[in-house]
Order: sequence, then structure tokens, then C-alpha cells
Amino acid sequence: MLGAYARRKFTDAFVRSACVLAAVIALIPLGSVLYYVTARGIGSINLDFFTELPKPVGEAGGGMANAIVGTLKLVFLACAFGIPPGVLTGVYLAEFGHSRFGKMVRFSADVMSGVPSITVGIFVYSLVVLTTKQFSALAGGIALAVLMLPTVTRTTEELLKLVPESLREAALGLGLPKWRATLRVMLRTAAPGIATGVMLAVARVAGETAPLLFTAFNNRFWANGLNEPTASLPVNIYTYAVSPYEEWHRQAWAAALVLLLMVLLLNISARLLVRSRVGAR
Amino acid sequence: MTTSHEVSLVRGRSRILTRFGREVNWGDFVFRRSTALIAGLVIAALAAMAFAMIQASRESLAKFGVGFVFSSVWDPVRDIYGALPFIFGTLASSLLALVFAVPVSLGVAIFLSELAPSWLRGPVGFLVELLAAVPSVVYGLWGIFVLAPWLRDTVEPLLGKVLGFLPLFQGAQHGFGMLAGGIILAIMITPTISSVSREVLRAVPSALREGALGLGATPWESVRVAVLPYARSGLVGAIILGLGRALGETMAITMVIGNRAEISSSLFAPSYTMASVIANEFTEATGQLYLSALAEVGLLLFVVTVLLNVVARLLVWRVGRLPEGGRL
Repeated sequence: MLGAYARRKFTDAFVRSACVLAAVIALIPLGSVLYYVTARGIGSINLDFFTELPKPVGEAGGGMANAIVGTLKLVFLACAFGIPPGVLTGVYLAEFGHSRFGKMVRFSADVMSGVPSITVGIFVYSLVVLTTKQFSALAGGIALAVLMLPTVTRTTEELLKLVPESLREAALGLGLPKWRATLRVMLRTAAPGIATGVMLAVARVAGETAPLLFTAFNNRFWANGLNEPTASLPVNIYTYAVSPYEEWHRQAWAAALVLLLMVLLLNISARLLVRSRVGAR
Repeated sequence: MTTSHEVSLVRGRSRILTRFGREVNWGDFVFRRSTALIAGLVIAALAAMAFAMIQASRESLAKFGVGFVFSSVWDPVRDIYGALPFIFGTLASSLLALVFAVPVSLGVAIFLSELAPSWLRGPVGFLVELLAAVPSVVYGLWGIFVLAPWLRDTVEPLLGKVLGFLPLFQGAQHGFGMLAGGIILAIMITPTISSVSREVLRAVPSALREGALGLGATPWESVRVAVLPYARSGLVGAIILGLGRALGETMAITMVIGNRAEISSSLFAPSYTMASVIANEFTEATGQLYLSALAEVGLLLFVVTVLLNVVARLLVWRVGRLPEGGRL
């Protein structure tokens, strides 16, 4: 009897340690990536990286100022095109989403979030690049917005549903029409949470490369306005990493460090925002 | 009745009659219709995506028909295209990724939702989510300069020596190839599978766990007999979602898989995936048919990932709706 008990205790301990081991294995790559990007990135980063254009092959030095600005441009466009429709669709789903149409929208958003980013690239290529006959920041921004849309939509919906109904009832009781109760009371209450979701979505698309390859394309020089091919950090990391030049590899690590810092800062501050709110409650 | 309709009556705003002759606040009417219109954009975007992909690949569809999927000739010079090597590369690398990622992810999920002490759950969960935050291209960079050399110098010689009698572990050891691709995909889908699985496990009613524990089960036994059977379909859904991500993943795998359109039985050999061939050749493709063939590869990828997502979501969704103690 005791033997059986001991064996069960042993199995329990064994499975527990296997699960701990799994967690450790899952986190090793994270540690390794962070270590190498920091170690190799810091050695290659300098002021020129932020202020200079790329130098031609063979010349040392140069930077990625245009790609940094390009990434900011693309992310800004993605927010401009992606957040308003995403939030409004989320509002629709939370308020009127029980209809058949609402279910279809929700389902489409879920399916869309699983569409590979490279096919979104092809889609925007045939939609925007072929129509305007050129690669542009505009096309890149739209591609990233399409990728953001489902995340923003579903986050908004989920968070609006968490707002207590009593708030709405109080607003209606005070004589607000339904739409103002939704926008002024419900949406405002959910806003910090939605901001977190949006920041996570922005962090996600800021590092996207595949959909930019044939929408924003690349540019060795400054892009004027939004209608020219535009360099971005992720695409530069790719081009530089697969090139045969030592100097470019160095720059790729520097770019990876900058990109990773941007993405992780957004990501972590978004999560802390949520945590501080939960803690305050 | 205290509905918003009457509220609008009291305020004496401009009114609109609905189909049923009820008076409605004008703002509510506009609000509902305009958000519905915008919500319709999501459906329209998905439909437009499907339409655009079919449109772009029409020429290739007409020329090669079903043979496109079964031919392994990819020759831009003679303008003949078959996608078999890419389909093989995509499927093989994704399945390999599942082999690595499923045990680890399920272990992480069970650890985080069932077995870990509560002070550890937050930090570990956070780190696993950070794994998903690292951009694909950064994994690719790490893959080229850290993972591939390590595989070439350490892992592959070892595997070749110990298991070299299997065709899986024969051939030249470059570091770049199927093995590197599978590992990098596994790293990238682990957070997906583990976070969805964790949600699924959380949806299991705690009465089930408590019942098992109350009957004298150890924590693991309560997971095995009470939690896992209940959560099974959701866990399968989580794995399928991970598979969907692996199939469509582009940058990281393009950078480490070697990009050669060959079908080989060895894990050391370079391969090529559907997403990679699009990423590499789309901007350089000259000629309508070439572009169209690449678009058809994209279309195949689109169709497969959409189907997988539909199935996975249905499975995950079911767990939250099961009756307590119910089985599938």
C-alpha cells in the first residue's frame, strides 16, 4: 500500500519537474536572443547609426536614420488606418454583436488574425501597389493596419464587455441616449485596457517584415512623403543579415537592438499599465 | 418600460421610425448603422483578400491546374512552375516544429495553470509572452549567427555520429536546413500554443480539480484524470492554432532553412517553404506567369491557414461551453 503511495508521489514529483523543465527550455531561446542582440548590438551602435544614411557597400560607417524614421512613419500610418476602424468594430460587436451579422464579423476577425502576414503583403500589393504603380510607405502602412485590425477589434470588444452594466444603466437613467452612454461612459471606462491592447498590437506590427517586402519595399535614401519606397528597420535587418558583408552584419545587430528595444518597451509598458490598474482596484 | 427609446422622447430630439414604427433616437440610429458599416469592413477585407489572391493567381491556375500541387519543377527560365517542394518544406518544417513545441508548450501551460506556486505564475507567464513579442526577423538574425553555427558545429555532428544510420540524420552538415527551420518555428509557436492552452485549462471548472483532490489524487493525478480529458479538444485547438502560425511564418524560417527547392529525407538538408519562396522571389519575378505562380502559392497558404484557424477556433470555443464534467 505504502509502495503504491510512494510511486504516486514519485510520479507527481516527476511530472512537476518535467513541467519546470519545459518552462526552462521554453525560456532558453529568449535568454539567448536577448543576450546576443544586446552583446553584439551594443558593440555596433553609435551616434552615426541614428543620424547617417547607409553607406555604399565597402565603405565603413553609415547608419540607418532613414530606416528608423521609415519604421516610425509606417507604424504611424498603421495606427491611423488600423485603430479607428478596429475600435469602432469592437464597439459594434460589444453593443450589437449578438446578431447573425455580428457573429460573422467576429468570426472574420478571428480568421483574419490567423492569415499569414506574407499573404497580407500580396493582398496589399495587388490592391495598392498595382493601383498606384509604386511601392510606398502608404502601402506598407495599410498592410500593417490590416494585420492590426483583428487584434484591436477583439480587444476592444472583450474590454467593453468587462465594463459593469450598472454604469450604462446609470448613464441611461440620467437621460443620455444610448450612443452617448456607449461612447462617453462605456468606452471611456474601458479606454486604459483598450490602450494596452492597442499598444500590444502596435508592438507586434512594428517588427513585421514579410508584409513590407513588397509594399513599402526599401530605400537607401530618405523617402519624401508617403508615396515613395520607404526603408524600415525590420526589412533592413533582413537585407543586411543575409548579405555577405561583415560590416552589414554588424549594422544588422545594431538595428535588431534598436528594434527589439522599441518593441519590448511598448510591450512591457502596456502590460505594466494593466497591472497597475488591476493593483489599484 | 424604461428603454432608451423613451429617453429620446423625453428629450424631444429628432426622431426616426424603425421598421416596427417605434420611435428611435436619431443618434442611436446613426451610431448603430455607422458602426455596423465599419464592422462590415472586416468581412469585406477578408473577402477582398480571397478575391485578390484568386485574381492574382488566375493565370497559373488556368495553365497548371491541379498539377501545380504535384509537380516539383520550379523553373522561371522555362516558365514552368510546380509547388511540391515548397509544400513539402512547409509541411515538414511545421510538423517538426510541432514535435519540438507541443510537449514543451503543454508542459508550460500545465505548469502555469495547475502546478506552479502562485508567485511564480505571473513572472513565468510574462516571460513566455515576451517570447512572442520578439520580431520574427530578430529570430532570423539570431538563427543565422547563433543557432545555425551551433547546429553545424555541435548538434549535427553528434546526431550524425549517434543516429547516423537513419536517413533523417545523414548528409552534409551546414547548420542551415530543415532542422534549423523546425527549431526556430518551434520557438516561435511555443508562446501561441502555451498561452491558448493555458486559457483552455483555466476554463475547466475548478470543481473537477477539487473533486479529484478531495478523493485523494495527487496534483498531477487531478490534472490527468479530471482536467486534461475535459480540456482535450481545446488543447487540440491550441496545437492547430500553433500549426497555423508555423505554416505562415516567413522571415525567421527564410533566413535559416537554406532556400533550396529540393525534397530530401535528411533533416540536415536545406529546404524551401511556401512563404519563403514568396518572400524571396515576389519582387524579382519578371513575367506574368511567374508572378501568378507565386500568388498561387500564396493562395494555397491562405486557404490552408484559414481552414486550420476555423477548425481550431471551433475546438477552443467548445471547451468553454461544455457542461461540467461533460465529455466530447
